[in-house]
Amino acid sequence: MSLANSYKSGPDENGHFGIYGGRYVAETLMPLILEVEKAYNESKDDPKFWSEFYSLARDYIGRPSPLYYAEALTKKMGGAKLYLKRDELNHTGAHKINNCLGQILLAKRMGKTRIIAETGAGQHGVATATVCALFDMPCTVFMGQTDIERQKPNVFRMKLLGAEIRSVTSGAGTLKDAMNEALREWVANVDDTFYIIGTAAGPHPYPAMVRDFQSVIGNEVREQITEREGRLPDSLVACIGGGSNAIGLFHPFLDDRDIRIIGVEAGGHGVDTDQHAASLTGGKPGVLHGNRTYLLQDEDGQIQEAHSISAGLDYPGIGPEHSWLFDQKRVEYVSVTDDEALEAFQICARTEGIIPALEPSHALSHVLKIAPELPSDHVMVMNMCGRGDKDIFTVADKLGVSM
Amino acid sequence: MSRIEKRFEELKQQGRKGLVTFIMACDPDLATCETILKSLPESGADFIELGMPFSDPMADGPVIQEAAIRALNAEGSMKNTLKLVRSFRENDASTPIILMGYFNPIYNYGTQRFAQEAKESGVDGIIIVDVPSEEQAELLDPLSGTDIDLIKLVTPTSKDDRLETILEGASGFLYYVSITGITGTASADHKNIETAVTEIRKKTDLPVAIGFGIKTPDDAAKMSQHCDAVVVGSSIVDTIGRIKGGDKTVHDVSAQVKALANALAA
Repeated sequence: MSLANSYKSGPDENGHFGIYGGRYVAETLMPLILEVEKAYNESKDDPKFWSEFYSLARDYIGRPSPLYYAEALTKKMGGAKLYLKRDELNHTGAHKINNCLGQILLAKRMGKTRIIAETGAGQHGVATATVCALFDMPCTVFMGQTDIERQKPNVFRMKLLGAEIRSVTSGAGTLKDAMNEALREWVANVDDTFYIIGTAAGPHPYPAMVRDFQSVIGNEVREQITEREGRLPDSLVACIGGGSNAIGLFHPFLDDRDIRIIGVEAGGHGVDTDQHAASLTGGKPGVLHGNRTYLLQDEDGQIQEAHSISAGLDYPGIGPEHSWLFDQKRVEYVSVTDDEALEAFQICARTEGIIPALEPSHALSHVLKIAPELPSDHVMVMNMCGRGDKDIFTVADKLGVSM
Repeated sequence: MSRIEKRFEELKQQGRKGLVTFIMACDPDLATCETILKSLPESGADFIELGMPFSDPMADGPVIQEAAIRALNAEGSMKNTLKLVRSFRENDASTPIILMGYFNPIYNYGTQRFAQEAKESGVDGIIIVDVPSEEQAELLDPLSGTDIDLIKLVTPTSKDDRLETILEGASGFLYYVSITGITGTASADHKNIETAVTEIRKKTDLPVAIGFGIKTPDDAAKMSQHCDAVVVGSSIVDTIGRIKGGDKTVHDVSAQVKALANALAA
């Protein structure tokens, strides 16, 4: 297949996926962004960089994560054969650490001595604090005040790992505001600081770089499913906030055009309400946090607050490559409400003995909807991108249980 | 000759440095902002920067962030920003107005429509904080049919050939950001600024304004030694934020701008 016909050729040299992506940052940051790009391009072609990455991915993160045939759920649904990619078994409990490992190796290579990050649910913050502890680098995590309240266990984990937490009170005090504040901090500290962005969004090269680090997920699935089934899967399903776990699973399969690929956004109280986080199904293109992408915004181009039961999906934007894949119609994007995700969360816990994070509970909810209609020889892979320990307080609260 | 060129020419003849005052459109409300805007030239402002409120001002400190929130909670919108400029132009044909802000409200409004309406309203220049040279084509194309200047930011990180990249497409004047940081925070190091502006002068004849971190008349006077105009934003916006509307706001802002202008008087 020629590059021109490929869904995997983006971004172009200026970081654009079609009209999406780009580098919409303050001039102060531009030289640094270009330096990150140069360093990443060099690292990408350096076998030593990847050998360190894969060695730590194996011994420290615990990769490859298993591809697990979810027999009980498959039987319960009575349709497609469901495999779960067990990225919730990674060290720190989610896929986020794959990217943090890659980025801190890059930061080290660039001679940066201090790390900043933003976090929503706290999973990216914990993963960043973890690699900072490992590489002995000071770490400052920006987290919205609202998220600090609802993700207390992760806040304490970050502190245990030696990170400083900066509470962000501007806006609604969620992920969007934490990202604004991290960018402000970066502008003021360009010389020594590296910003580990947690999702496949932000200015170029971040969307491509995060995707490449997370593609370890999809690349493993290709090998594992071929070993198990002797062929590639028929469909892939993943949840999407910024979209890093999804792009990591999807990207290696984008040119296998017979494979149906589905991204599941957080529908909150419903995409027909103003309380959701479904940027693609309920937003329009705009520019925020360094890239052009689909955003939740009002008629005047002011960014709106997202809502989701899952703090990790509570973001009014999405990675630019997803916006492009949406326009190209290569990936189907659907949404699942808070209540549906909560139901899937409980079904998974009781049926498979796996307590999923609320984020992949969205993906699972969609699986539960479509799998029963599919034939039994349909092989489906869903990314179980995080575990639900962090969410038990939120879920208890929703179920009216006092702990 | 554009209003911006003409104003710099006048300043040169008068042998003094210009005062650029920043306020946020519709802060604290449309009516008060309109009165403040009209009062600025008589108080001594040579140029006016009018902020286009945005929900996520990632290069601004708390003072400007709060101004944007006040404006958006009042009647802040692109339509009303342009309306303020039109109303200002009814009585003032000479003071340059520069719109400053972030790209999304313009992109959302339509870049072509924005350029056309800004021109018709009497806008002279725009500064878009999150559109660096790499992305500027989509602004320069629609602006090319107008005489609106794209005013570019130069920062302490604009080293080596970066400055040349920035100068491509720049017109009106250059805005030198005196600190690596966000608006209204740290104060600048004069020695570094002198070196930076000397470098800029070697490469362009465009006038140079300096901003970020200039708060008092004394700051303005000191900074003016290095450039053609100084920008004062956060400290004026802070006055507006503390009083929140009415005659006293207009009065206090006027007094503050007069003191700044006096400090720059030849």
